Amino acid sequence: MPLADSILTRLADIVGTANVLTKLEDILPYGFDGTATFKHRAGAVVFPQNTAQVAACVKLAAEEKIPIVTRGSGTGLSGGSVPSGDCLVLCLVQMDAILEVDPRNLTLRAQCGAITIKVDEAAAVHGLFYPPDPGSIKISTIGGNVAENSGGLRGLKYGVTRDYVMGLEVVMPDGRIVRLGNACVKDVAGYSMKDLFIGSEGTLGIVTEVLLKLLPRPAARRTMLATYDRMESAAETVSAIIAAKIIPCTLEFLDQMTIRCVEAYAKIGLPTDCAALLLMETDGHPAAVADEAEQMAAIAKAHGAREVKIAADAAESLQLASARRSAFSALARMRPTTILEDVTVPRSELAKLVAFIAETAARHRLQVGTFGHMGDGNLHPTFLTDERDEAEMERVHLALNEIVAKTLELGGTITGEHGVGLAKKQWLRQQLGDDSFELMRQIKHTLDPHGLLNPGKIFD
Amino acid sequence: MAHTLKNLDYSVLQQCMHCGMCLPTCPTYDTTKRERNSPRGRIALMRAVADDELAITREFADEMSYCLGCLACQTACPAGVNYAELFETARADIEQSGINHSLERSFWRGLTLRALFMNPRVLRGVGTLLRFYQRSGMEALVRKLKLTALLPANLRRLEPQTPRICSKFSHQLIAETEQPSAPAKYRVALLTGCVQDLAFSDINRDTADVLLVNGCTVHTPPVQSCCGSLHSHNGETDLAVTLARRMLDLMPPAEYDAIITNAGGCGSHLRHYTHLLADDPEYADRARAWDAKIRDIHEWLMEIGCRPPVAVPSAEPLTVTYHESCHLAHGQKVTQPPRSLLRLIPGVKLIELPESNWCCGSAGVYSITQPEQSALLLDRKVQHIMATGAQVLATSNPGCHLQIATGLLAAGSTVELMQPVTLLARAYRNENLPQTSS
Repeated sequence: MPLADSILTRLADIVGTANVLTKLEDILPYGFDGTATFKHRAGAVVFPQNTAQVAACVKLAAEEKIPIVTRGSGTGLSGGSVPSGDCLVLCLVQMDAILEVDPRNLTLRAQCGAITIKVDEAAAVHGLFYPPDPGSIKISTIGGNVAENSGGLRGLKYGVTRDYVMGLEVVMPDGRIVRLGNACVKDVAGYSMKDLFIGSEGTLGIVTEVLLKLLPRPAARRTMLATYDRMESAAETVSAIIAAKIIPCTLEFLDQMTIRCVEAYAKIGLPTDCAALLLMETDGHPAAVADEAEQMAAIAKAHGAREVKIAADAAESLQLASARRSAFSALARMRPTTILEDVTVPRSELAKLVAFIAETAARHRLQVGTFGHMGDGNLHPTFLTDERDEAEMERVHLALNEIVAKTLELGGTITGEHGVGLAKKQWLRQQLGDDSFELMRQIKHTLDPHGLLNPGKIFD
Repeated sequence: MAHTLKNLDYSVLQQCMHCGMCLPTCPTYDTTKRERNSPRGRIALMRAVADDELAITREFADEMSYCLGCLACQTACPAGVNYAELFETARADIEQSGINHSLERSFWRGLTLRALFMNPRVLRGVGTLLRFYQRSGMEALVRKLKLTALLPANLRRLEPQTPRICSKFSHQLIAETEQPSAPAKYRVALLTGCVQDLAFSDINRDTADVLLVNGCTVHTPPVQSCCGSLHSHNGETDLAVTLARRMLDLMPPAEYDAIITNAGGCGSHLRHYTHLLADDPEYADRARAWDAKIRDIHEWLMEIGCRPPVAVPSAEPLTVTYHESCHLAHGQKVTQPPRSLLRLIPGVKLIELPESNWCCGSAGVYSITQPEQSALLLDRKVQHIMATGAQVLATSNPGCHLQIATGLLAAGSTVELMQPVTLLARAYRNENLPQTSS
């Protein structure tokens, strides 16, 4: 159901008529994000051009009790930006300015709709570096990254989005605009409120501007590819590298199914006959990089790597990292529907979970491709299925329940970097326990008593 | 059975898992930042049609017309979505729905798709008339008297882009069969194209020449039909099928080692006869053989080990930059061979063009149907070309060639347009000139 004409008129007064979409052909493509199987039609989609317009839209929605779903580029992997009910979708992609790079304070200020890779490119102009690099780095918005607390391929050494957010401008559910945090390295003035909004998935407030911490750009980078005949050998290599007091920026793992799909797409000569592949990268001072790369290659060989190939140049490194980033989408080649998970365990428990996933998929007669951030204990088992096959979808669900139970048993989490959204909320209470779960709900209720911001996400 | 979104294999639509990897590569999404103007948005609309959630509406038709069909999304898509098939099916569906029908449009479509581009002799006849008009001084007179003001606005804007018709067509430049001077190693058929034949027949001659130098017997049927690419992209599947059969009869694939095309847009379509003729018991096998033998000229030359010329193509060293035709790069996935070929030529320095595989806005009849978006893309392309400082822009598709030439001229640029095979052919020809010692 579209929103009432009177409301649409008022929205048009705020953002301009051209920035309010209501036609079926215009709004159908906002019915989904990057997550399989979730689809819902929005009431209207609006494109605010600045923070004041966002605040005005939120005020109007609060008065009229209209739910709001905020959206960036719609690449989320937990259904976080899928419309709820006849909601108003606030699409913030047009607020995409990089406002300032401050090389003295190593900070960057940007509007929420700036594309993540543009943020890093703007930093690079000054010899600086924005490390978080989610798979969707070329598409996703920085505001979306903050809302989801996105991870990426460099988590082991550099952490995740949260570790780079110094300040936020947030529009609250009643339309107030608050500024949280600042450019100070140290700041203990009261609660660390910005942290509440990082990873809040658009349920507590709308991030409209970010102040990010930057690092000096690493002078050197070395990328390696180790191939294995046994999955366990790859896991052992990772443990041995960490035990040797080396923290590489990247330790990415792909199983055979994933390797085959990625190679079918990227055609870069990945060995499709090996059981597992480890993409390793170290960066930093050239001397340290050379030394670490040599040690990592030796450790990989000592732990059963069939071959360790070192990327010849920056172009080849980039090619390998890009191929890895395509893994999830490339797996979609095999079957019509791909159900992607994001389970994460302490690093030491990873090998157990990898084996359990393979065994569980086999037991339920399901196809699975597993890849992920081995250095972070973060796995992406991806079930290759068909949403139209009810019996198979039922088996997928059973398998997922078992994997979640095992993950929690190993001290893990249901989601490492994709967020709860719609896709994982069925397991949230199981992970948190009743008291922690209720505490979260209490916070939501306090800030958004009418439940207007992204309703139905994280919890019902 | 008619090709429609509803009877299309549903898994082709499901293949899109809407990850959004296509968004940054789509020129229309880049312009508007609206999902419906993006590949995954358009696929969502197509799926809604297949699901009976959306009818074939005016808006749907407009959206499919706004899509360039450049297929950059297909290169970006890790999931292997066959956007070309979806897009052509959607356009065929729109044609069948009649939503776009109007008397004026039917007249122009009938004239071009059904009359001109179905009858190669008629097309050449029109080309001859146009050549007379251009060379007799009539064109100059019409322009001087500003009689072009009488044309409808759309045509008036495009009038300066009318291709200069060559003094001779391909069959007047290339004999039906030509033998290399050395013993032949390969036997190939050469496709001369439609626009290429009228406006760039010299490029067809150059193509034949470089093939001959590289040991190919070149068979060039003097009268060739359109390959059907134009019809297929514009929703006229039945005409495309007829033309494909005609091609197979004219050039039976079994007789050649390769069938050579030098126009990116044609090549992309020519490789997909298997799909077009899948339900035709008489032609299905031949179509498969045909698809396996289609080669872009650059791809073929590099495959057989193109001989590097020992002479330079021009007295002065040339800085060349390369624009990729969408249907060569994204449709046929031929990206390196044209560059490798240019690097083989002495005296040519190749520099990369930023966004080299971004559409120039030509895109078939797009410059007529979507003049504003087309002009935006052309402007962006011209800026990039001029910023490289190159003297020559190499490209290999007549549509891009005409579009970019117009853009460069309007921008007052002196950059010369040339196809890689032309540079190569010139270098080979100069091998026979007396060498001056340096």
